[in-house]
Amino acid sequence: MTTTRILVGTRKGAFILTSDGHRQDWSVDGPHFAGWEIYHAKGSPVDPDRIYVSQTSSWFGQIIQRSDDGGKTWFQPGSDSSVDDAENGGIPQGESNKFVYDTSEATGKPLSTHQWYDGTQHPWEFARVWHLEPSLDDPDTCYAGVEDAALFKTADGGATWHELAGLRGHESGPGWAPGAGGMCLHTIVLDPLNPDRIFCAISAAGAFRTNDAGKTWHPINQGLRSEQIPNPTAEVGHCVHHIEIHPANPNTLYMQKHWDVMRSDDGGDTWREVSGNLPSDFGFPIAVNSHDPETIYVVPILSDSLHYPPDGKLRVYRSRTGGEKWEALTEGLPQQHCYVNVLRDAMAVDTGEPCGVYFGTTGGQVYASNDSGDSWTPVVRDLPAVLSIEVQTIS
Amino acid sequence: MIRIVLPHHLQTLAGCGREVTVTVDGNITQRNVLDALEARYPMLRGTVREHVTMKRRPKVRFFADGEDVTHDSPDDDLPPSVVSGDQPFMIVGAVSGG
Repeated sequence: MTTTRILVGTRKGAFILTSDGHRQDWSVDGPHFAGWEIYHAKGSPVDPDRIYVSQTSSWFGQIIQRSDDGGKTWFQPGSDSSVDDAENGGIPQGESNKFVYDTSEATGKPLSTHQWYDGTQHPWEFARVWHLEPSLDDPDTCYAGVEDAALFKTADGGATWHELAGLRGHESGPGWAPGAGGMCLHTIVLDPLNPDRIFCAISAAGAFRTNDAGKTWHPINQGLRSEQIPNPTAEVGHCVHHIEIHPANPNTLYMQKHWDVMRSDDGGDTWREVSGNLPSDFGFPIAVNSHDPETIYVVPILSDSLHYPPDGKLRVYRSRTGGEKWEALTEGLPQQHCYVNVLRDAMAVDTGEPCGVYFGTTGGQVYASNDSGDSWTPVVRDLPAVLSIEVQTIS
Repeated sequence: MIRIVLPHHLQTLAGCGREVTVTVDGNITQRNVLDALEARYPMLRGTVREHVTMKRRPKVRFFADGEDVTHDSPDDDLPPSVVSGDQPFMIVGAVSGG
């Protein structure tokens, strides 16, 4: 028996939507962490009941929550008061909530500022965790992309986090600048065939790749063109919105940029535009069909000034050719008076047969397709604004 | 015993009610009261004060005996009514209307 579980992060809590392999009838559980912003929740690929959650608040800072039973119960892994911390007089230090930039000589660089909106240098300040990416082979290992942009890693199930400082220490670091949503590292892609290779994306610095498990990083933005920056083809400074791969073909990357849908077939070394016949190539999420590396999905948004779908019609666009040729998927989606947005982490696919595709909107709807996007059904209609969607297919 | 009133979100995080009590070592100051709170409820570390600098988070306010003591020195003594337990030390999330 297969279970399909959707992990939904919203402005006011987390929700867990559960169905069987048919993906027609859903139960709704939540809100978890009511009233808190849940930027992201994601389960371990090797232990689906191990779920990491980024719980955050402009008032009370960052909390990391973990479940080991599929979301039935939660705890903060570094703040367990039953654990005696001998080095600190028996008091746990709340380490799971602690994200401290590495400025040590040994592993980090004393990089303390980046470019601010007014062109001056501004101190690096931790705000929140945007994205959690559990390891593909170890449930205790997880990566965190944070604002201000940096990559952190835990190897003890989230109890403690340390920065992979080589990224922020890249020579271009002082020139990185925030986008409108802040300077966030929002995308982490792990190469299933090469554990030393990781891709990440930062708004508004661009895409980066490491080939040595995070020690050193290289910008991978050749071929991107952004008219919003002084040099449209600069090495860094691009507002990349999201990147996805298919696990069977990790050398091909798909990117939704601020404007333009892009594709790379050489691990990010070079990119080419595949926006083709899209009604708008502005958008946030991009997804790859779990059974076909050449079938991809985007949700066109009118523009960076008008964050809603063209013509008030909510349409997912699917390409079966890896881009360039796109078809509108509209069955079951509102085709009039619709002015919601779909954020960068708010679209995901399952591994069911046929592939299930899911997305959440800023209007609080979560739509599901159990037929590769041909038709859509709202699972829920009135959640708080959806920030993220992840899907688990559990045998 | 010092009485502390917590905002809703910290109550749910700590799994406690609106008001908790703590025993404070030394003078009854903001710093010592918050140290005692975090020692008893480690899940609150980093939520009232930033982890590294130990500075109050910008949108957190402290009230004591009807006064806003947010901007007082963290090492100033709190009012006698808080020291005696007649009044609570209140941790408040700043209002943010819309």
